[in-house]
Amino acid sequence: MAHEAVIEGRLTGNRLAVAAAGRWTVDHAGELERKIEALVARHRGAAAGVDIDMAKVERLDTFGAWLLERLVRGFSGTGKEARVVGLPDHYRGLVEEAHAVNRRALPPVRNGALTTALAIVGRRVSDVGRDFVLIMQMLGQVTAIGLKSLVRPWSFRFTSLVHHLDRVGWRAVPIILLITLLIGAIIAQQGIFHFRRFGAEVYVVDMLGILMLREVGVLMVAIMVAGRSGSAYTAELGSMKMREEIDALRTMGFDPVEVLIMPRLGALMLAMPMLAFIGAMAALYGGGLVCWVYGGISPDVFLARLKEAISLDDFVVGIVKAPFMALMIGVVASVQGLEVKGSTESLGLKTTDSVVKSIFLVIVLDGLFAMFFAAIGM
Amino acid sequence: MKIDVSHVTKQFGSFAALAGVDLEIKSGELVALLGPSGSGKTTLLRIIAGLEWPDEGQVFFDGTDALARSVRERHVGFVFQHYALFRHLTVFENVAFGLRVKPRRRRPDEAKIRAKVHELLDLVQLRPLAERHPNQLSGGQRQRIALARALAIEPSVLLLDEPFGALDAKVRKELRRWLRHLHESINVTSVFVTHDQEEALEVADRVVVMDKGRIEQVGTPEEVYERPATSFVHDFIGESVVIPVSVADGALHFGGGRLALDSQGVHTGDARLFVRPADIHVGPPDDAPLKGTVKRVHGIGSARRLEIDLVPAYSIEIDASGTGATPGDLIGLTPNRYRVFAVGA
Repeated sequence: MAHEAVIEGRLTGNRLAVAAAGRWTVDHAGELERKIEALVARHRGAAAGVDIDMAKVERLDTFGAWLLERLVRGFSGTGKEARVVGLPDHYRGLVEEAHAVNRRALPPVRNGALTTALAIVGRRVSDVGRDFVLIMQMLGQVTAIGLKSLVRPWSFRFTSLVHHLDRVGWRAVPIILLITLLIGAIIAQQGIFHFRRFGAEVYVVDMLGILMLREVGVLMVAIMVAGRSGSAYTAELGSMKMREEIDALRTMGFDPVEVLIMPRLGALMLAMPMLAFIGAMAALYGGGLVCWVYGGISPDVFLARLKEAISLDDFVVGIVKAPFMALMIGVVASVQGLEVKGSTESLGLKTTDSVVKSIFLVIVLDGLFAMFFAAIGM
Repeated sequence: MKIDVSHVTKQFGSFAALAGVDLEIKSGELVALLGPSGSGKTTLLRIIAGLEWPDEGQVFFDGTDALARSVRERHVGFVFQHYALFRHLTVFENVAFGLRVKPRRRRPDEAKIRAKVHELLDLVQLRPLAERHPNQLSGGQRQRIALARALAIEPSVLLLDEPFGALDAKVRKELRRWLRHLHESINVTSVFVTHDQEEALEVADRVVVMDKGRIEQVGTPEEVYERPATSFVHDFIGESVVIPVSVADGALHFGGGRLALDSQGVHTGDARLFVRPADIHVGPPDDAPLKGTVKRVHGIGSARRLEIDLVPAYSIEIDASGTGATPGDLIGLTPNRYRVFAVGA
C-alpha cells in the first residue's frame, strides 16, 4: 500500500469528499491520471462541491501537483467549488506553482508558406511509409494464407477464382489485343520512318521483337490491367467495406483476405502471364503488318529476321515479370480497397489512388527486374 | 452473457472517440447506447464485438477477457445499419451462411441446418421469402433477415448498430416493437446503438446516454427521462425549455430579478434552468415566477404551441394546449417541475 498512489471519492449529499494518499509521483502518474479522469467524469454532474484531503499524501512531485490541479480544474472549470485541505506546508509552493500554469490558452501557431509546404511534404512522406507498411502487411497475410491453402487445398475458393479469372482474364482479351496491336504498329511505323534515313529498315524487326517481348508488351498489359482490373478490385472491396459486408464476414468468423482477396489475387496472377503473351503476340503481328504495308518488308523476311533477332531469353524475361506485376497490382488494389472509409468520395479517391500507385509500382518493379536480368546476363 | 467494459479509451488521430468508458451489462438485458453522432456509441459497440480494439481498458464477457479473443472467437451476432446481406445468396443461404462455414467437426448436417434456418425464418416471419434474393426485399424485410442471420450461430451477445436507421418511420416503429418481443422470447444479451431517443426509450431495458466519448448517464428509460443526471441528458432526451439564469445567495436570478424557485443546491455562478415544455403552467402574470408576452401562436389542438418573449428579453416556446392565450397577452409561467444545472454540468 505504502508505495501506491491512492485516490477515493465519496459522495455525501451533493458534496464529494476525495481522500488522497500514498505517493503522487511520476511512477504512479499514469494510473493516477486515469483514476482522476474517472472520478471527474463520474461526479461532475452530481457533485456541487469537492473537498480534497491531501493530508495522507506521502510524496508529491510536479506530476502529482499537476494532477491535483487537473482534479481541481475538472470541477472548478464547470462552476463547482473545489477545496484542497490538509496539504503539507512544504508542498504548498509546488501546488501553487501548478495552479498558475497553463491558465491562458496558447496562442494559435501561425504557419508561413514554407512551413506549410514542408508540412505537406512531411505528411506525404509519412503516407508513403504507411502505404509501404500496409502493402508489406498484405503481402505477409497473403503469403501465410497461400501456404495454408497449399496444405489444405480444399479451403481455397476455386469457384471464386474461376469467376475472377473470367473477369480479369478472358474478358480483358479483346481490349488488350486491340491496344497492343496498335502499339506494335505505331512503334514499327516510327522505327521504319527514322531507320529509313540510314537504310536500316530491316533492323526495325530486331527493335520490335526485343522491345515488345522484353519490356513494352508486358508493361502495357500491366498498365491496362491496373486500370481495368486493379481499379475494379478496389471499387468492389471498397464498396463492400462501405456497406459493412467485410465487417459482417468478420463477425461470422471469416478472414476477408482469405475469402475475398486470395481468389482475386490468384486470378490476376494466372491471367497476367497469359495476357502478356497475347499482348506480345498481337504487338508483333501489328508491327509485322506495318512492316509489310508501310515498310515493304515481306512477312517471310520479317519472320526470318525475327528468328535471328530474338532468343527464348527475351520471351522468358517478359513473361516472368507478369505474375509479379500482377501480385503488385492486386495487393495495392486490395490495400486501397480496404482503406475506403464510409463515404463515396473516399471510394473514388482510393480507386484513383489504386491505379496511380499500382502503375507507379509496376514501373519500379520493371526497373528492378531490368537490373536483375542485366546482372544475371539475360 | 454478462458484459463488463472497464475504462475503455479509443483515439482516432486527435479525436477521442471514447474517453474512459465504464459500463456493466447484465445477462439477458436489452441495452440501448444513445447519443448524438460522434458520441462514440458505435465505436463502443464495435469494440465489444471485436471489430475495433481499444487503446486502453478492458472488456470482459462473463468475467473472461474478451480482448484476448478475436471477433470470430467471441461468438457475437452483429446486425449492421445497412444490412450487409450477401447479395449473391438467397435469403435462405444468407441465414444458413454462419452455420455452413463452421469448422467441419462442429458443422451441423444439412437437415439440421435446414430446420434451423426455417425456424429462424419463422421467428422473423419471413418464411415464404426464403428463395428470394436480398434485392427483392424491402428494407424492413432485409433487416429482419440480417437479424435472423446474426441469430443463426446462436450468439451469446447480439449487437445491433443503428438497426432501424435506414428505414422509414412507419417500418421503424413496427420493427421496434417486434424487436422488443423478439428479445423477450430469445432473451439473449443485446446491445443496440441508436441516435433516436424514442427508439431507445421504447425498446431498451436500460439506456446508456453518451456524449463526446463519455457516458453521461445509465438508467432505465424512466430514470433518464424523469431524473436526468446532467444538463446534456435533459437537453438530449425529451424536449426542454432552457433558460439561462444565475445563482446567488441560494436563489435563482433571471434578468436581474430574483425568481421564486429553488436553486437545487447549485453553487453561486451561471446556471441553466431546464423545464419540460409540458411542465410549464400558464396562468395570470400576478405572482408567477416568470412573465412574458405571447409573441405568436402556432398549431392547433394538442399541437398548439406558444412562442413567448420572457421579460426581460429571452424567447422560449412551450406547449399550450389548454390555454386561450393570444398574441400580445401578458402571461405568467410557473414551472411545476424543473431542474437547475450549473453551466457545464
